[in-house]
This record gives sequence, C-alpha cells and structure tokens, in this order.
Amino acid sequence: MNPVNYLYLAALLFTIGAAGVLIRRNAIILFMCVELMLNACNLALVAFSRMHGNLDGQIIAFFTMVVAAAEVVVGLAIIVSLFRARHSASVDDASLMKL
Amino acid sequence: MENLIALLVAAPLLGAAVLLCGGRRLDKAGHWLGTLLAAASFVVGVVLFADMLGKGPEERAVHQRLFSWVPVEGFQADVAFQLDQLSMTFVLLITGVGTLIHVYSIGYMEHDERRRRFFGYLNLFLAAMLLLVIADNYLLLYFGWEGVGLASYLLIGFWQHKPSAATAAKKAFLVNRVGDIGLSVAIMLMFTTFGTFAFGPVLGSAGEASEGMLTAIGLMLLLAACGKSAQVPLQSWLGDAMEGPTPVSALIHAATMVTAGVYLITRSGAIFNAAPDAQLAVVVVGAVTLLFGAIVGCAKDDIKKALAGSTMSQIGYMILAAGLGPIGYAFAIMHLVTHGFFKAGLFLGAGSVMHGMNDEVDMRKYGGLRTYMPVTFVTFGLGYLAIIGFPGLSGFWSKDKIIEAAFAKGGTEGWILGAVTLLGAGITAYYMTRVMIMTFFGEKRWQPAPDPDTTAGVEPGVEAAPGEMPHPHESPKSMTVPMILLAFGSVFAGGLFSLNSAFVHWLEPVTDFQHGHPPVSAAVVTTATVVVLLIGVGIAYAQYGRRPVPVVAPRGSLLTRAARRDLLQDDFNHVVLVRGGEHLTRSLVYVDHSLVDGVVNGTAAAMGGLSGRMRKLQNGFARSYAVSMFGGAAVLIAATLLMRAV
Amino acid sequence: MTASTLAAASTTSTGEAVQFWLLGTVAVIGALCTVLMRKAVHSALCLAGTMIILAVFYLANGAYFLGVVQVVVYTGAIMMLFLFVVMLVGVTAADSLKETIKGQRWLALLCGLGFGALLVAGIGRASLDTFNGLGAANAGGNVEGLAALLFTKYVFAFEITGALLITAAVGAMVLTHRERTERARTQRELSEQRVREGKQLPPLPAPGVYARHNAVDIAGLLPDGTPSELTVNRTLRARGQVRDVSTQALEDLRALEQRSEERLGRRRDGEEAAK
Repeated sequence: MNPVNYLYLAALLFTIGAAGVLIRRNAIILFMCVELMLNACNLALVAFSRMHGNLDGQIIAFFTMVVAAAEVVVGLAIIVSLFRARHSASVDDASLMKL
Repeated sequence: MENLIALLVAAPLLGAAVLLCGGRRLDKAGHWLGTLLAAASFVVGVVLFADMLGKGPEERAVHQRLFSWVPVEGFQADVAFQLDQLSMTFVLLITGVGTLIHVYSIGYMEHDERRRRFFGYLNLFLAAMLLLVIADNYLLLYFGWEGVGLASYLLIGFWQHKPSAATAAKKAFLVNRVGDIGLSVAIMLMFTTFGTFAFGPVLGSAGEASEGMLTAIGLMLLLAACGKSAQVPLQSWLGDAMEGPTPVSALIHAATMVTAGVYLITRSGAIFNAAPDAQLAVVVVGAVTLLFGAIVGCAKDDIKKALAGSTMSQIGYMILAAGLGPIGYAFAIMHLVTHGFFKAGLFLGAGSVMHGMNDEVDMRKYGGLRTYMPVTFVTFGLGYLAIIGFPGLSGFWSKDKIIEAAFAKGGTEGWILGAVTLLGAGITAYYMTRVMIMTFFGEKRWQPAPDPDTTAGVEPGVEAAPGEMPHPHESPKSMTVPMILLAFGSVFAGGLFSLNSAFVHWLEPVTDFQHGHPPVSAAVVTTATVVVLLIGVGIAYAQYGRRPVPVVAPRGSLLTRAARRDLLQDDFNHVVLVRGGEHLTRSLVYVDHSLVDGVVNGTAAAMGGLSGRMRKLQNGFARSYAVSMFGGAAVLIAATLLMRAV
Repeated sequence: MTASTLAAASTTSTGEAVQFWLLGTVAVIGALCTVLMRKAVHSALCLAGTMIILAVFYLANGAYFLGVVQVVVYTGAIMMLFLFVVMLVGVTAADSLKETIKGQRWLALLCGLGFGALLVAGIGRASLDTFNGLGAANAGGNVEGLAALLFTKYVFAFEITGALLITAAVGAMVLTHRERTERARTQRELSEQRVREGKQLPPLPAPGVYARHNAVDIAGLLPDGTPSELTVNRTLRARGQVRDVSTQALEDLRALEQRSEERLGRRRDGEEAAK
C-alpha cells in the first residue's frame, strides 16, 4: 500500500466533516464536525511528516491540537451562553442578522 | 510731492465711504461734502500739475508705492501709483469735469430724496476712475476698471424702481463683463509672458515677446476697450445706459468712463506698436463704431440717446486714432479731452432742457426753446459747434488732426480710413444740427407732461402734475454755471492745446509722437472737412429747418427704422447670443437628462436591482454563509490546480 | 510500526496495509455517523471512535507522541467536554435531520463532492510516490525530536499558543459567567411566591414511587396507577426520556393482588377447613 492513501483518507474525512458543518443545525454537532476536519488535517500533516522524513509536520499537528483545544473551549462557552439566551442550540435560530 | 498722489483717490473714496455709510443724518449736507471732496481732488490734481510743469519733460513721471498688495513669491503686485503726463491729463479731466458735474447735480438732484446716495456713488466713481488712470500696473488698473463698472451699474440703475433703469443697469453690467474677461485674460497673458504686470517692465520689454503673443494680448485689450468704451460689437449697453440721471450720462457715459478704453489702448501703445494685426483690429473697430454710432445718432428722437450715439461715434474716432499708432495717440487723447468738455456740456444742456420740460426726452415734442432757456441754448450751441468741428472751436482742432492722421496712415488703408472719418464728420454735423434744430428752433411742439405710470418718472425737478403743459424755464445757477464753464472748455481747449502743438509735446514722452504725412496737404484735408461739415449741416437744415417737424415720427426708410432700433444690435444679440445660448442650453439639458442622467440613473437602477437580488443571499443563516465559504474554497483550489496545470 | 517499516519506501508493510483498510473503513463510517446521527451523544461517541482510530494511524506513521496526545487530549479531554456540554444543554426536539433552508442540502452535497474531488485530484496530481520515512528523524526518540524542535525552532509559536490557551480559558469564563444582578430570593420568598401563584405547594413527589423500579427516569404513579409527570426531572421530560411504566405497574399490581388473593383465599380455605 502506498502511504499516500493516508492523504486520501484525510481528504475524505475532511470533506465529510465539511459537509456535516453545512448540513447539521445543532451547534454542538457542528463543532464536532469542525473537530473532525481538524483531525483530518492532522492526519494529513502526520503523513506529510513521514513523507518528508522530518518532524515539522508533527509539530504543526501538535499546534493544531492546541489551537483546537482553545477553539473548543471558547466555542462551547459560546454555545452554552447562546443556549441560555435562546433556549436552543440550533444555529438557524441565531439568524438575527438577516433582513 | 509724489506723496500727494494717493490723496487724489483718497478724497473721493473717503466721500463715498462717509456718504454711503453715514446714513440719513447726512442727507442735508451730503451733497456739499461730496462736491467738496471732488473739488479737493481737483485741487490736488492742479497742485501736482503745477509741480509737474516745473520739471523737465522726461522727469515728469512720478511714482508712489503705498503697500504690497499681493506679496506672493513670483507674483508681486503693489498698490502703487504712476503719475505721468497721460495720467495727469486724465486726472485733470476727471476731477475737473467731475467737480463741475457734482455742482450741476446739486441743482439737478435737488428734489430726489436719495441725493446723498447719488453723491456717494459719484464719489465712488471718481475714486475708481482715478485709480484706473494712476495705477502703475495692470492689476491695479483692473481694480479701478471694475470699480468704475460697479459705479456705472449703480448709477445707471439709480432709479431702480423703474424697470427700464434696472434692466439697463443689468445690461450694462453684463456687456461690460464680457469686456472685463478680455482684460483679465490679457493680464494673465502678460503675466505668463513677462512675469509681471507693472507698466514699466511690461511695456519696456514688449518688443522681446513674440508677435503672436503680443497680438493675442492686444486683441484681448481691445475686447476690454470695446466693452468699456461701447465699441462694436459690445456697444449695445450705452444707449440703454441713458436711463440713468443725466449728470451720470454726462460724467460717466460721455466724458470719462467710456474713454477708459482709449486710455487702455494708449497706455498699452508699446504692445500695439509691436503687433500690427492687433492695431489693424483696433482701427477697424474704431472705424465701424464711428459710422455705427453716427447712423444711430441720426435716427434717435430721444435727445439723450441721440447724444449717446454721438458719444459712441466720437469714441470711435478716438479708438481709430489710437489704432493708428504713434501718429495718432496724442490726437486720440486730445480729442478725448475736448470731447470730454463739449459732450459733457451737451449732456448737461440736454439735462437742463429736460429739467425745464417735465423730463420729456422726445425731441419731437421740443422746439423753439431758445427764447425760454437762453443760457442753455448758448452753451448747448457752443458745444454743438465744437462737436461738429466748426473751425476755431475745440472739436475742430482735435477731429481735424485725427482725419489727417487717418489719411497719413498711408496706402489704401489711409484712403479708406480718411474717407470714413470724413464721412463721419459729415454725419456728425448732420445729426447734431438735427438735434439743435429740433430742440431750440422751429415752432413749439410741447405736449402735456408724460404720465408717470408709463415712464415712472420721479425724476427730480418734476413740479408739473401729469397732464399739465410744460412751462420751460431756465435752470438754477448751480446748473448753468457748470454748463458755462464747460462751454468755455468747448470753445478754447482745442485751440490752446494746438498752440505750438503744446498738447502733443506734453504727451510725447509717454506716447512717442511721430508726425504723420498725409498724401495730400493738411490744408486740403481741412478744407474737405469743412466742406463735408457744411454739407451735413445743409442737409439737416433742409430736412428739419425748412419744414415743420412732425410730432409723430414718420415711418422712415429701412435704414432709419433699423437705426431707431440701434441698427438691430439688440436683435442681433438676441438672435445670435440669446437664442443660440438657449438652444445650446436646451440641447445640453437634453444631453444631461438623457445621456448623463440616463447613465447615472441606469447605473443606480442596475445596482439597486442587483442588490435586491443579492440581498436574498443574506438570509442570516450561518450555514448558508458557510456554503459560500466552502464553495469559495473549492473554487480557489480549482484555480490553483488550473494554474499549476497550465 | 518498527523502524524498518518506517524506512524510505513507497509501500508499506502488508500488516500496515491491512490495518489501514480495516480501520480506515471504520473511521469513515464513524465520521459519517458523526454527521448523520440524530442525537448529539451518539455523534460524540462516533467521533471519539474515529479519533481513536486516527490515533492508531498516527502511531503507524511514526508519530508516537501525537498518537498518545490524540487519545489523552482529544478523545479523553475534548470529547468529554463535548459530552459534558451535550448533557448540560440537553437534546431538544428540534434537533432533527430535516432540512429547513431551501436548497442548503443540495448545495452542501454539491460543494462537498466538488471539494472532495478537487482534493483527491490535487493529491493525485502531486508526485508523492517517495516517502522518506521517519527512521532518521525518530532515531533519538520521537518525543525528544519533537521537544528539540518545539523549544528551538518553534519556541515562539509554542509560547504564543500558551498565551492563546490562557486567553481561551479566560474567554470561556467570561462568556459563561453570569453576574447576579439581583439578590437571591430566600426560601420564604420562594414559598410565598408559590402560594401566590397557586402552584405545587409541597415539595415535588419523588420519581419511581409506587413501583418496583426506583430510577429518576420513571414517573411516579398516582394512587390510581396513572403516572405523574411531575415526578420526573424537567430535563428528562424535555428530552422525552421518561419511561412510562404505568401499564406494566398496573399489571404487576393486578398480579400482586391476585396472588395475595389466592394466598388469602388459601388461608381462608384452611381456616374454614380447620373449623
């Protein structure tokens, strides 16, 4: 097997995650899909690291994890406060900025 | 002594400021103050004149620099005065005649409740006119030029409650603006060519500039002169300007302001000398206006308008003379001065007649006034003899020289110009005789006083109720004395100036005189002039002296009817300029509405429609926006791949 | 997974291939389930499974440290945080898969397919045949290698991510912290309000009463055997997780009565016989 298959898998997972972001309404699931996309990126980075024979890709993946953690913390806090205010976790309900 | 120069302007300016700002409490003494300050200016002028006579001919020009007006790097303009022989001549004429007319106005405007304001305007005019002639650079001259334009506007429209006066004032102002544009363009051209607009450097180095540029400057100066001096094609305002009070017509529209164009051309002689094409244009304008004004003067029944046509014609003489170059400048100025005397005298006489005739201006309703107004008759008659060039009187000396100079131009041009000036002299004799006979001779053709509703005449001195027969009477002393003094000038000034060519030598350091050599001897020219003059008088006598003058004007020939309408000048302006302007404006408006507005509104409508559709995309759902972003990312990747593939 | 398998090669060992195809399939299924599961809890669990598989793939690719971190931090901490919020927020009835925005699903599918196709095309076009392998890079140990990079080349980025994390923590607190704007009501005031509004005066009944079951999601039964919603927690009610045991309980009751009847009958019969 060619290790490039890891990249194809990462692309597939990323696309699935992106489609999930577009399709689902629940903000929490939306977030999970975003996490899925980030993980797909990490997989690609790790595969690249192996491809190039150095550890820079892994370092980037590591940073991605840190940023993802920060993002999740803030994002979930937003969801919680949104839920408190609107009693709903649906992103469609937070559409006050339309016409 | 040169420190006194500023006083010339300061005195009347002070008078204008005090009289115009002083309010009603000056109503009683305002006219005395105005007259006094005008006289003070005259006295200063005489003192400076005496001082000037004490110096050698080349050292007579004096300068006074007051302050720096526009102190900008590379653009220096000073309020500075230059008093040389040319300016001195004008100063004496303006202040002298001006003072006399101030005195005259005291009587003439006696019953006008706005007399103080009138004197304020007169003083303002004097100040501006003096500034014009003693400025030592073109920019300051322009200031005075606009100042006299303003004063002229204010005084023509002095009886602004009369719509005709208000319209005439506006017309004069607008036509003058066309000329003023010429002067401002000329000043700009001078600045770009010479880097300055002081008389000394500009005129001193006029020969160094290219002839094309000098011609352009000259033509622009000519345009300015045409506007201010009522020369063809900007002549149309002068006839209507007679709506102003008669002293104004005498001072501004006969003796002084309208001669500013002659002054401008004479002062800029160095430029014209180096630009023969511009000089030719000046001569042509002068010749055309000379005949134009004379023909108009023949047909007018309104005494003031007949005199206005005469003024136009006489200024045409001066412009023509100025266009002849060094052989003509001195005679142009000499004619200007003598004309100042006799035309002012004629206008004052006309004012005196109107004063006695309930402000009737139609000469067909005069007649036989010589016994009722003897002083007016005699002074007017002397002015008449002077203007037609009766041998020995002022007009003879100056006009005859111009005719000689015209012949001396040489070649075909000389013959044509000589013929035109001769013909003009004949027509002048004709129309002035006509005025004289219709006014002072023949039987009485008086009519009841005009209805104030039709003429809205609240002119001063109207004591007769409407519908009452006029009782012609001699005017008060304050009016007759200036007329008498001016009559003296009309009789003797020309002779005095011509003694040993005194005037020519006086002006020579400024205008650089050359003797013209007419193809025929001067005696022949003089004889021809006198013969033509007598023919003109004879025709007029045959037409008006031997037959009774009809009260209602006969229909007349085509030329007469055209001349009554000022040779269709207003019709021409209306058809060519007004209609043309209207059509141009309408087509521009149409283009603006259809094309410009169409593009603008179309763009706006397209944007609006597009936005109306685009705003539907803004549905507020974050997921829709996410689809856009995702699609955009896909497009970016596709673009990148495509670029790599290419 | 040894150094030899990670050597420069364009192919992997058969073991890794088998592992890839098996676990890869599961990962994709897990991802699809994450997207498609109706309940957030299920989605979270599926995502956790996918993440663990990804951790295995990290290990297979020589990223030992990341593999462990993936399990500990992602699957362990972050996913637990997700579950915590899911529990906190609750599941609303509105959380259905039915699309409400017109055309959104089609557009999303179109974009997804196009995007995926483009990615695949991009990867396919890139010449990625040779893999250098991490044998040399991991020679001194994966963690040591990472640490060497992290504290030298990427030290500034590392510090900045530290700041980012602190900021995120503070931000989360700011976002979720609610300042109390009025005085907390006392017990007396609360009871007075209840009296005034005429609501449930005594404490709410406990769930699972009159039943053999004693669980919070089972409504307590009233004396007539019907269940009372009041006995169940509001969140469970909102989620529709109330188990109705009334019919079963009534049957049980009837059976109990019958049994006791039989027993009492036997005793009566015995007594009558004894008489």
